[in-house]
Amino acid sequence: MAKHHVTATLNGSPVEFLCETQQTLLEVLRDELNLTGTKEGCATGDCGACSVTVGGRLVCSCLVLGAEVEGKRIETIEGMASGTELHPLQQKFLEHAALQCGICTPGMLIAARSLLERKPDPTEEEVRYWLAGNLCRCTGYNKIVDAVLAAAGEMRRA
Amino acid sequence: MADTVLYPERELKVVGTQPVRPDGVPKVTGLAQYGADFTLPGMLWGRILRSPHAHARIRAINTKKAEALPGVKAVITAADLPEQKFDYVGPERVAINFWHMTRNILAREKVLYEGHALAAVAATSKSIAEEALKLIEVDYEVLPHVIDVDEAMQPDAPLLFEDMITRGVQPPPTKPSNVSKRIEFKLGDVDKGFAAADEIVEASYKTKPVHQGYIEPHACLARFDTDGQAEVWSSSQGHFVVRTFTSRLVGMKVGDLRCHAAEIGGAFGGKTVVYVEPIAVVLSKKSGHPVKIMMSREEVFKASGPTSGASMTIKLGVMRDGRIVAAEGIFKYQAGAFPTSPVMNGCMCSFAPYDIANVRTIGYDVVCNRPKTVAYRAPGSPISAFAAESTMDLAARRIGMDPIEFRLKNIARPGSQTVWGAKLAHAGFAETLHALQKHPGYKAPLGKNQGRGVAAGYWFNGGGESSATVHVNEDGTVVVAEGSPDIGGSRASIALMAAETLGIPYENVRPIVADTNSVGYTQATGGSRVTYATGMTVINACNKVIDEMCVRAAKLWKVERADVIWEDGHARPAGKRAGEFEPLSFKAIAAKRTATGGPITASAAMNAEGQAPGFSAQFCDVEVDPDTGYVKILRYVAAQDVGRAIHPGYCEGQIHGGVVQGIGWALNEEYIYDRNGRMENPGFLDYRIPVASDVPMIEAIMVEVPNPNHPYGVKGVAEANIVPPTATIANAVHSATGLRLTDLPMSPPKVLAALDSARKR
Amino acid sequence: MSAMRYERPGTLEAAVALLSGATGAARVLAGGTDLLVQMRTGRIEPQLLVDCKDIPEMTAIVADDGGFRFGAATPCMALVEHEAFTKACPGVIDGVKLIGSIQVKGRASVGGNVCNASPAADSVPALIAAGAVATIIGPGGRRETRVENIATGPGKTSLARDEILVSLLVPRKPPHSADAYLRFTPRTEMDIAVVSAGVNLTLDRDGVCRKARVSLGAVAERALLVSEAGAALIGTTVDEAALEKLAAAAAAACKPIDDKRGTKAYRIKVAGVLARRAAQIALDRARKVN
Ligand SMILES: Cc1cc2nc3c(=O)[nH]c(=O)nc-3n(C[C@H](O)[C@H](O)[C@H](O)COP(=O)(O)OP(=O)(O)OC[C@H]3O[C@@H](n4cnc5c(N)ncnc54)[C@H](O)[C@@H]3O)c2cc1C
Ligand code: FES
Ligand code: FES
Repeated sequence: MAKHHVTATLNGSPVEFLCETQQTLLEVLRDELNLTGTKEGCATGDCGACSVTVGGRLVCSCLVLGAEVEGKRIETIEGMASGTELHPLQQKFLEHAALQCGICTPGMLIAARSLLERKPDPTEEEVRYWLAGNLCRCTGYNKIVDAVLAAAGEMRRA
Repeated sequence: MADTVLYPERELKVVGTQPVRPDGVPKVTGLAQYGADFTLPGMLWGRILRSPHAHARIRAINTKKAEALPGVKAVITAADLPEQKFDYVGPERVAINFWHMTRNILAREKVLYEGHALAAVAATSKSIAEEALKLIEVDYEVLPHVIDVDEAMQPDAPLLFEDMITRGVQPPPTKPSNVSKRIEFKLGDVDKGFAAADEIVEASYKTKPVHQGYIEPHACLARFDTDGQAEVWSSSQGHFVVRTFTSRLVGMKVGDLRCHAAEIGGAFGGKTVVYVEPIAVVLSKKSGHPVKIMMSREEVFKASGPTSGASMTIKLGVMRDGRIVAAEGIFKYQAGAFPTSPVMNGCMCSFAPYDIANVRTIGYDVVCNRPKTVAYRAPGSPISAFAAESTMDLAARRIGMDPIEFRLKNIARPGSQTVWGAKLAHAGFAETLHALQKHPGYKAPLGKNQGRGVAAGYWFNGGGESSATVHVNEDGTVVVAEGSPDIGGSRASIALMAAETLGIPYENVRPIVADTNSVGYTQATGGSRVTYATGMTVINACNKVIDEMCVRAAKLWKVERADVIWEDGHARPAGKRAGEFEPLSFKAIAAKRTATGGPITASAAMNAEGQAPGFSAQFCDVEVDPDTGYVKILRYVAAQDVGRAIHPGYCEGQIHGGVVQGIGWALNEEYIYDRNGRMENPGFLDYRIPVASDVPMIEAIMVEVPNPNHPYGVKGVAEANIVPPTATIANAVHSATGLRLTDLPMSPPKVLAALDSARKR
Repeated sequence: MSAMRYERPGTLEAAVALLSGATGAARVLAGGTDLLVQMRTGRIEPQLLVDCKDIPEMTAIVADDGGFRFGAATPCMALVEHEAFTKACPGVIDGVKLIGSIQVKGRASVGGNVCNASPAADSVPALIAAGAVATIIGPGGRRETRVENIATGPGKTSLARDEILVSLLVPRKPPHSADAYLRFTPRTEMDIAVVSAGVNLTLDRDGVCRKARVSLGAVAERALLVSEAGAALIGTTVDEAALEKLAAAAAAACKPIDDKRGTKAYRIKVAGVLARRAAQIALDRARKVN
């Protein structure tokens, strides 16, 4: 069977790709488009390492088919910094040592941005619950939560 | 934020600050390359066929149909790997037997656990590779299996190796068994000790195997060239280990294999061995294409990791004044499908925090039909500590003593005798307990259904072999090439120590983890050894650079080397020439390299000794829901002797991370098997590691009792923190409910069953 | 390689026609959070996927005579973020909020939750308690049925292979009514219910319970509507004695199994506990609304 020809918007720019039906958006990003910033930790929706937004909604890219994103707007970690300027979340993650191995970091950042877009002033508990779908085995979450709260503060002031 | 308990010390400028890590930006922009992120032209996808059975003889494997599938470029089985000699090699605590290792990479006579690899394919797409696996025909003779450690030790248990005779027993047993080895440590006379004790406390415990749970599955890319040279990019804790193991397993010269350390997405001990690398190399050799292999999460659970489950009994003899006069521990650890669990560490660490005159620990290393265990953060110690520290709590209760006071009464101090013969050479244990005791939360009142528990834990920490080269650039910046894969920010610590030593700004030091052909041999990142041993190696190389900088300054000034000293990042004339010239900065000398003798670079290599042990003491408050058995962690305080926090942020992060892993181990994590020995929960949804909303902020107390053997006092911080949590929580649950849980995990059904049976009584 | 077809029809009729015409295994694709996982782990190998998210009726949320009708493929997050819906259907939202992570809810639909027919599905007991009605379309046209009639066993539904669940109606609540849903899981999030309970009750002006529906999840082959448990509350002020009776009736209705997520004994015991706690929450909510 022929591959699907898909046209979408990726980090603000038009993109086209071919994919098999069973190929997930995660596989398309990593294997076809060579955007390996989005990580695979489980491929079954359980870890959040593959978090991206599709049409502004936070999703696991491993649970979206490539064929489904026709005409959609996709945002990945590679589009988070604007040009050479890091997003405040990226900056705070660095300053707060909120990453150890860093494999969960792209997904955490995308998920955290999605939270702050909806709730610019979240409580610690709200951050913890929003990020519950993003597993981190290294940090015990302390510094991730600290960094998100600090970034929220900075973004409110800006 | 953490309390830092400071000890007087010489003033440091850079060490102890918290700059952004040198490898940070690519990790927040998605550009850092981890094991699965590499590609090469013409690359194929490798996939591995795994056993659906827990135990079976392989009668035949037929790969013809798979080979015939269009797009399939190579299919391999164990026949494509050379046979290895049966021989235990290396230090006893971590002995290796390549005869076993090659059988774990690809099964030969038998498959020994569900998920055991037995063939592999390389194809032009993932889906073709997947399809090809289904075409491989395996004729199995299914055999009875055994999962549990106590059952595996029964005389009539199914045998994994029909000829395995227990080592360490004199005279050797005549009958084969699943017990690969027995070890015993003795100090004093335990029988006499128990006879003299006022009180004797004894209890038995069980733990389940738990997985390291790193978020990045094992992944690698390999390229084998027709001239016999090969290159591997993989996610591992030690690319030199990958080289040693892979070259041996594949049967190639060490010098022909170049290994790169990809960024690594967590490991905790689980990436100190190889699984996919030799397979990828052989597939590449056979197909003539580069081959990439990525394990799925299910493969990670079924075929990599975990650490041992265990069955243990502890007996303590105590006096009414709190002195422990005798301690005995029997530890039966699962090794998984092949020998060598961390039981020896368990035997050594269990009572190591304490000065006890009479101690005996006995360990059994037991094989069973589950994945071969591999190191997990302080391997072996958290398991035996669960039993030992739970029993310590029972003993403190028996004599009515505060658990911290009880531990302080017996705490090991420099000069205390360990069960394995050495004397404790370092301070820090008592200081850590004192710091914990002083935490205001320790005396805070508790509410209904709430309880507080205390436990402590010991870890050796590591030294070992490291190499590093420091290159001075013409503008005074520096590149440090070292060989320790960086899992949690070690490049930041390395750069801090180099900057401190050289007297230059942190940002002027750029550390890299060099590949096996670009730096000297370096042991794996493990045992909390990197900041200590690789750090010391880098400091040594920096000191050589300083010496060379002084030589260059002497040349520029036309004075003798002896008349130049290095101070505060500058060469200064000294002795009889003192004050004759303006001091020369690091940068100024670097700029003159061509005129003064050419490139300035220095290497150091060492087998570091003198590491100091790690010690952690913790308390936590829990609330137990009497109707559901749910244990909520209300507060968690962890004190640890860190020697010196080089980068306090990453140091503290180790404590947070280790504690939260320990919380998972205590409450929910376990391998669940069905009747056929198949794992029922090989995914993150049902293998329940803690999520962000499960845990409170972990309060870390970094106690700094510097190690005098390291220029900046480093002790190593990554592991001791995971030793106390399971007992800390069990002790807190006891305090909340009056019930002693002896079986991990303390999952809600178990807690509720205990509560219910107590209510019935 | 199995060549899997993917279609994204724009109308219900086209979707039904695709399913009717399929020769091999065909599946409706909503959020894919069950389907893609089942495909990945090799549990199912469909030959046709019919993506229903382009069918407007299947993703719309509309007020309907004081209640709410929502498309079966509406992502859970759209429901969670819909203020009027969350106010009108607090119990259903309790359940919907618990499905997976924010990411999973960004895709997962209630229709998928119902049709996947897991006994532990979090939206189902709440929907049953709320008396929700499903609209189903097939080659023969539309039909309606109560949510409790859809799942017949684990992974099995009463839908024909060419039928599609179009929308769900959560009916208007009488005055002094409210519902609540609770589940027990070992983790706070990212977990599958070991036991769960949905309670919907209506008080009269004197605070006496006049109607009550109680549904339990993960304690049998499918979510149960336990009329004895509801009966335990009716005619009472939902006092201690009534809650005690409710818990006993709930526990008595369980026919659970031992599995990796929990034991029989545990499920029976905790079903009573949760029914009671959910009733308490529903009661508190009902007292607040007029
Ligand atoms: C990480 C993770 C966590 C999860 N946690 C939970 C949880 O806590 N609680 C819970 O209940 N579930 C949970 N789930 C399961 C799943 O997310 C839910 O069941 C979800 O509601 C399914 O909806 P969907 O739209 O994704 O369904 P899909 O996967 O698209 O479909 C599921 C099934 O229903 C069929 N189907 C879907 N829509 C229709 C329709 N309109 N008509 C007919 N048939 C249809 C499909 O063909 C398929 O067989 C979890 C899943 C993941 C991956
Ligand atoms: S890879 Fe998608 S959630 Fe884990
Ligand atoms: S930093 Fe390693 S998993 Fe989060």
